[in-house]
Amino acid sequence: MPTTITPEQATAMVREALSAIAPDADLDGLAPDDDLRGAVELDSLDFLSFVEKLSQRSGRRIEEDDYEELRSLSSCVAFLSHR
Amino acid sequence: MPSLGADMDAGTISEWLVKPGDTVSRGDVIAVVDTDKAAVEVESFDSGVVDELLVGPGERVPVGTVLATISTAAEQASEYPPPTPTGPPAPQQPAPPESPPPSPEPAAPPRRPPEPPPAARTVPVASPLVRKRAAEAGIDLASVHGTGPGGVVTREDVERLVSPRATGRVRASPYARRIAGELGVDLSRVTGTGSGGAIRALDVHAVTERAGTVEAARAEEGGGTAPREATGEERGETRQEGLRRATADLMARSKREVPHYYLSTTIDLSRAMTWLRERNREVPVEERLVPAALLLKASALAVRRVPQLNGFWCGDHFEPAPAVHLGVAISLRGGGLMAPALRDADGLDVPELMKRLRDLVARVRAGRTRSSEMTDSTITVTNLGDQGVETVFGVIYPPQVALVGFGRVVERPWAVGGLLGVRPVVTATLSADHRATDGYTGARFLGTLDRLLQAPEVL
Repeated sequence: MPTTITPEQATAMVREALSAIAPDADLDGLAPDDDLRGAVELDSLDFLSFVEKLSQRSGRRIEEDDYEELRSLSSCVAFLSHR
Repeated sequence: MPSLGADMDAGTISEWLVKPGDTVSRGDVIAVVDTDKAAVEVESFDSGVVDELLVGPGERVPVGTVLATISTAAEQASEYPPPTPTGPPAPQQPAPPESPPPSPEPAAPPRRPPEPPPAARTVPVASPLVRKRAAEAGIDLASVHGTGPGGVVTREDVERLVSPRATGRVRASPYARRIAGELGVDLSRVTGTGSGGAIRALDVHAVTERAGTVEAARAEEGGGTAPREATGEERGETRQEGLRRATADLMARSKREVPHYYLSTTIDLSRAMTWLRERNREVPVEERLVPAALLLKASALAVRRVPQLNGFWCGDHFEPAPAVHLGVAISLRGGGLMAPALRDADGLDVPELMKRLRDLVARVRAGRTRSSEMTDSTITVTNLGDQGVETVFGVIYPPQVALVGFGRVVERPWAVGGLLGVRPVVTATLSADHRATDGYTGARFLGTLDRLLQAPEVL
């Protein structure tokens, strides 16, 4: 079972995943509630890669039904760190 | 230097991956070429042994320049067995005439053989008459691309070679000759990329397309003496500016030359989305499918059933393509658009197509595309759904004759059997070349697409 993920760890995971997919994206300029798909220009394939990376890192399978929870940086953190 | 897309006129060798003496097979990546748009891995057109590399790394040369010479197995027939099929595509029959009266869904036309028959390379079994005629004209039958059954050289093949137009014994496929004649391109100025340097239709297109006009093509083919357009580098363009200009040129040409007609239909995706969701729940995250994969597969199958939309407009007629190579419009990070091909998309099952799609997008964005992917598309699909728009009416990539557009999958009220429900739907559009087809054919394509998407499990 995955260990508990702190909000800091979750933030790092999300940033890492995003910068791997969109190396040029300005993640520092990303507001916590910005829509990730729009702000980082993720298409459906990118988003799947994002989900894949988060699943691997967090050790938790993210279902398609959970995609809504991955809308923004802050909602991702809440989703990953809330067990 | 192959034309890696209709919008390319020159390229720079950035790296050779082979050296003289190396044995290469058709399809092997032999060099990396930098175009205005991207770094492209160039595949060998032929099998044989690398003789000489004629263009060094860092050199920028126009499309059509010979980059390297390869001794093909045919040239070394005494030492090597005949090569595996490497011949230029067999000439295709003209498009089947469209039947004007509305008819029920016609049966799918017989599929063309996936691989063109091998060109008769070593000892073509030609009739005595043909052999005699070839001998008189001083033509080596082994160099003739046979168009008869099983690649046999026919009398016509020989006559084409001795016709006045083909002075200097230029080796070219009959189809290449035909379009060269129509476009007024002098074959002796075209660099062949087919077996043994034979000119293929692609090479003729490369000459005309990069310049847009025949005159300009001739001037460019005239070598260093003729004025030549400044290269992107000479203009101090960045890759991104080069990409923008290339797209601008091609799209302007499309809108100038291609009389587009547009059709649109809304397709109920409830079955497709349910099927996807259930399937995705059962597989590992990395094997998940996205709706785009289903839409692409359905498009490939639909165009196979409506082959009048799959191919190229060549001067004054439509030339159907023997395979479905689905161009996929991919937006690049930081701007720009490329539409490389998912080759033989109609024959891939959906998970395989999804895998190839991910691989293709990743490589295109990383600037590692293969030459065959940049030249081969027979129809293109654009999917702007991720950007949130519901409908896209695209611009055709010449010389293709159709472009399919998908918008976003949205939930909408939908009436079925007198009842209203909420269903996921997508707006599918078709932009097609009215010179090649009429709206009736386009409508048949969208209807077929809709039907296919109602049975996602068999896609």
